[in-house]
Amino acid sequence: MSETKTKTVRRLGDVVFANLAFFAGVSILATLATVAAFLFVQSVPAFTGPEIEASKDGFWAYVLPYVFGTVYASVIALLIATPLAIGIALYISHFANRRFAQLLGYSVDLLAAIPSVVYGLWGILVLAPFLNPTFMWLNENLGWIPFFSGQVSATGRTMLTVGIVLAIMVLPIMAALIREVFLQTPRLHEEAALALGATRWEMIKMAVLPFGRTGIISAAMLGLGRALGETMAVAMVLSPAAVINFAVLTSSNSNTIAANIALQFPEAGGNYTNLLIATGLVLFAITMVVNMIARWIISRRAEFSGAN
Amino acid sequence: MKQTVQRQRFQKKNVALAGLGVIASLVLTGCAVNEQPGYQQNGGEPTQVSDLVGTINGSGSSAMAAGQEAWIAAFQILNPGVTVNYDPTGSGTGRAQFVEGATSFTGSDSYWNDTELAGQFPSCEAGTLPWELPIWISPIAVIFNLNGISNLNMDGKTVAGIFAGKINNWSDQAIAATNPGVDLPDLAITAVHRSDESGTSKNFTDYLAAVAPDVWTVGPIEAWPSEYGGEGAQGTSGVVSAVSGGNGTIGYVDASRSGELGTVSVKVGDGFVGYSAEAAAKVVDASPLVEGRESFDLATKIDRNTTESGAYPIVLVSYVMGCNDYVDDAQAELVRAWGTFLVSVEGQNVAAVSAGSAPISDSLREKAQAIIDQIR
Repeated sequence: MSETKTKTVRRLGDVVFANLAFFAGVSILATLATVAAFLFVQSVPAFTGPEIEASKDGFWAYVLPYVFGTVYASVIALLIATPLAIGIALYISHFANRRFAQLLGYSVDLLAAIPSVVYGLWGILVLAPFLNPTFMWLNENLGWIPFFSGQVSATGRTMLTVGIVLAIMVLPIMAALIREVFLQTPRLHEEAALALGATRWEMIKMAVLPFGRTGIISAAMLGLGRALGETMAVAMVLSPAAVINFAVLTSSNSNTIAANIALQFPEAGGNYTNLLIATGLVLFAITMVVNMIARWIISRRAEFSGAN
Repeated sequence: MKQTVQRQRFQKKNVALAGLGVIASLVLTGCAVNEQPGYQQNGGEPTQVSDLVGTINGSGSSAMAAGQEAWIAAFQILNPGVTVNYDPTGSGTGRAQFVEGATSFTGSDSYWNDTELAGQFPSCEAGTLPWELPIWISPIAVIFNLNGISNLNMDGKTVAGIFAGKINNWSDQAIAATNPGVDLPDLAITAVHRSDESGTSKNFTDYLAAVAPDVWTVGPIEAWPSEYGGEGAQGTSGVVSAVSGGNGTIGYVDASRSGELGTVSVKVGDGFVGYSAEAAAKVVDASPLVEGRESFDLATKIDRNTTESGAYPIVLVSYVMGCNDYVDDAQAELVRAWGTFLVSVEGQNVAAVSAGSAPISDSLREKAQAIIDQIR
């Protein structure tokens, strides 16, 4: 009797909290819907209005280099950041002594707090000039690889520099997430591996990495999401052109969608503004697709991970 | 280890305190800026203060934004009762807002086109047209970074060739021909342009298109054509840092920002002219007015091909525009005072000092003042 009674009692606090939580949850959907609706509605005049000088060859011809640039820069960033992030996470979770690991953990979190405009400045004033001699060397010695071919930029403000800046920017969030996942590896799995005579590396290979695989994938996708949308640092560092170019050391680099909007919007007027918003819609779609693929991979892999 | 942790904590606290200090000082200075009369008292010298009261709203050119800021600050000291607002929305938007009647003056990098003049201006009495005055002159310097060389002479065709990607080595004959005795290195040229749309690009390429139409074939543009290559950088600061960061780089920026970098003197007539305030003002005087305009419309077709000796043709000229006959007479009085200040020696110098523009010549000032006096 008393048991059923306690179950049905609802105090004011419960009601208020349940509703607050409900609204918090719904607000995410509402925000997303508002942004999507804004992008849709504002994109329409770009197609129905008078012809825009910038997109006289059609919308897709206009946006394609930027789509390419967005994806290309993010992929480079991810290629650099993922192994590094796994390394950092492994070191913090399994190698470093506890005190040092803590310090390292704080520093990684601190990296995440640096605003992107500062990364942009650092990219222009420090990283680009620093990397330029390396770029020259790469071009001279490995110029036969298409990626390193072409006339090397004299200032170092290239796609590869942007990729590295982006990699550093997405590193903290990736490292933090992967570290948390690695720390959750069941103690028993690790000890079992060690008991079977595995070295530390073998233990990590057998117990930690398989367990953390989905975590690594979600971390990579989170990093990719941030890299795709990064605006300020790219706008400041990259020397852009409206071309599709695989070479990463030249002055003509495909701009990213977000950076292009940031660069062109201040002086845009009429339905050129709508054209820029339409490219924003494309970016929105790309980000959504990336996230969906990530979800799909994670759900497919979940049963193979050590989590269950 | 423990010590480091403690020190970290201590530093954190310090940072927090410093942060508080910054916020507090921001809040305090924020108050001070609004108190115009107080500022005036602190100035010491008693200034002649007008008793005009009211608000003038304007919007438009962002190229002029720094100048407008300086003008507004100085004007409000002389006229404590008047509030001037200027929103740097960009020239196109600024003109559109004026045409809608939302503002009583506007700043624009290009003069009224005929379609706009044929339409209505709600702030002005029906059937009357606005005045426009080219009173913001900003020279554009061609800057370069080349070891030990601080000045080079080039004709328009060479400059166009460099920025169109057709001349790509500093030892090129075209450059050497106009610079006898200068030891030009065998070094690739990196031409830096603005990656954002900008009036600076438009005026610079307008010059290239005018002096070398067969080399610079795309006309005046704001967005750089990708087939011309070169390197893009964001904003004036971006171009300056790209040019100073590279070796063998060349770019174009507001002259006030050229700093220590080498600059190009361009060929005008038989000589070579470097940028200077006087040279920039001179080209405006030497250029013809647009034909078929009202007497109070000083729309000027900048003559980039001028042969006037000592005139520097790479300038950005912005106009200030307002009604010749306001519907609101109180507004007319305010704008008259505002306009008089803008063209005055003092007003032009204020802009020159804080925003690096070139003061207008005396002859232009006389013409402009006559037009402003007629505002009703």
